[in-house]
Amino acid sequence: MCTTCGCATDLPHQHGASGPTHSHAPGLSQQRMVQIEQDILGSNNRYAAANRARLAEQRILTLNLLSSPGSGKTTLLTRTLTDLAATQPSYVIEGDQQTNHDAERIRATGVPALQINTGRGCHLDAHRVGHAIDELAPTADSWLFIENVGNLVCPAAFDLGEHHKVVILSITEGEDKPLKYPDIFAAADLLLLNKIDLLPYLDFDVEQAVAYAHRIRPGLPVIRLSARSGEGMDAWYQWLQQRHQAIVTHHHREPHPSIVA
Amino acid sequence: MHEMSLAERIVEIITEQAQQQPFTRVLRVRLEIGTLAAVEPEALRFGFTVVSRDTVAEAATLEIVERPAQGWCFTCSVAVTIVRRGDPCPHCGGWQLQISGGDEMRIYDLEVV
Repeated sequence: MCTTCGCATDLPHQHGASGPTHSHAPGLSQQRMVQIEQDILGSNNRYAAANRARLAEQRILTLNLLSSPGSGKTTLLTRTLTDLAATQPSYVIEGDQQTNHDAERIRATGVPALQINTGRGCHLDAHRVGHAIDELAPTADSWLFIENVGNLVCPAAFDLGEHHKVVILSITEGEDKPLKYPDIFAAADLLLLNKIDLLPYLDFDVEQAVAYAHRIRPGLPVIRLSARSGEGMDAWYQWLQQRHQAIVTHHHREPHPSIVA
Repeated sequence: MHEMSLAERIVEIITEQAQQQPFTRVLRVRLEIGTLAAVEPEALRFGFTVVSRDTVAEAATLEIVERPAQGWCFTCSVAVTIVRRGDPCPHCGGWQLQISGGDEMRIYDLEVV
């Protein structure tokens, strides 16, 4: 390899004043292959890993909430925060293309919330979420809810450093959403079937929807709930508490980095 | 999905490489894309053409090498190739599948001058 310009050829070539810095001698093949093997989302994944490490250090349970627009994510979240306000410190990062509406709805519950406007972007990324965590400065053992942009496609590919992706499907949508948008269901650790109070008025087939979700992700836990009536919300809170407990237990089991040889 | 932002990342990575290696022009970019990565090749090509303008990657050819996903069927206890998410095991028709890979999105190599 040429130590001046770093190119792979052993053939003579020139540098410097006689031409552009890396111009090779005329008549010789100038083409070469550069093997880089880089993940296109590599930088996002590095930011996500940094977020994950710091959230683990402070035992902050972090959920990435995903759904299509209008599934009732924000209502579910405000209900959750209101119900848990007395016992569980929480923080919220809101992702939307435009407006502060959702962050304002969250702040009305008394919970600190930060709005990220993605502009033309269709998803949150780990870098912006990292800055949002800096700004929110969540306390140790709190819960951090990240409400992603309402979109069942793109957010699936972007790791934010969360512990779990939670997908919300409302029964006013089709049962076959898991088949139509499989990536998001494949990436989720929990499915919340929302607006279950409307079941008497709709033709939604719950068993069919769950069966479709299990085609994509066998064994995916499903909680049927209504953020409006409160039905099923306790099961959701229990799941959150279990997941937080798992993080705390894991944290105590892991040796502190400073005492590892 | 978000092919435009993927194209932006590809051009960013190439621009970084152009400074490190260095090189002045990219003729060809070889990408490895998993069949489950939900990348639409035509949209990616279009996005790449737009965002690579006035960079070292302008006019480079995008070559996309597809990487299939592997699955394990718990019912049949065999390894299977998965073409699309939601497809059943080709042997038993069931969905007790654990899928690995297929979501790769990597720049493998560049042909440069």
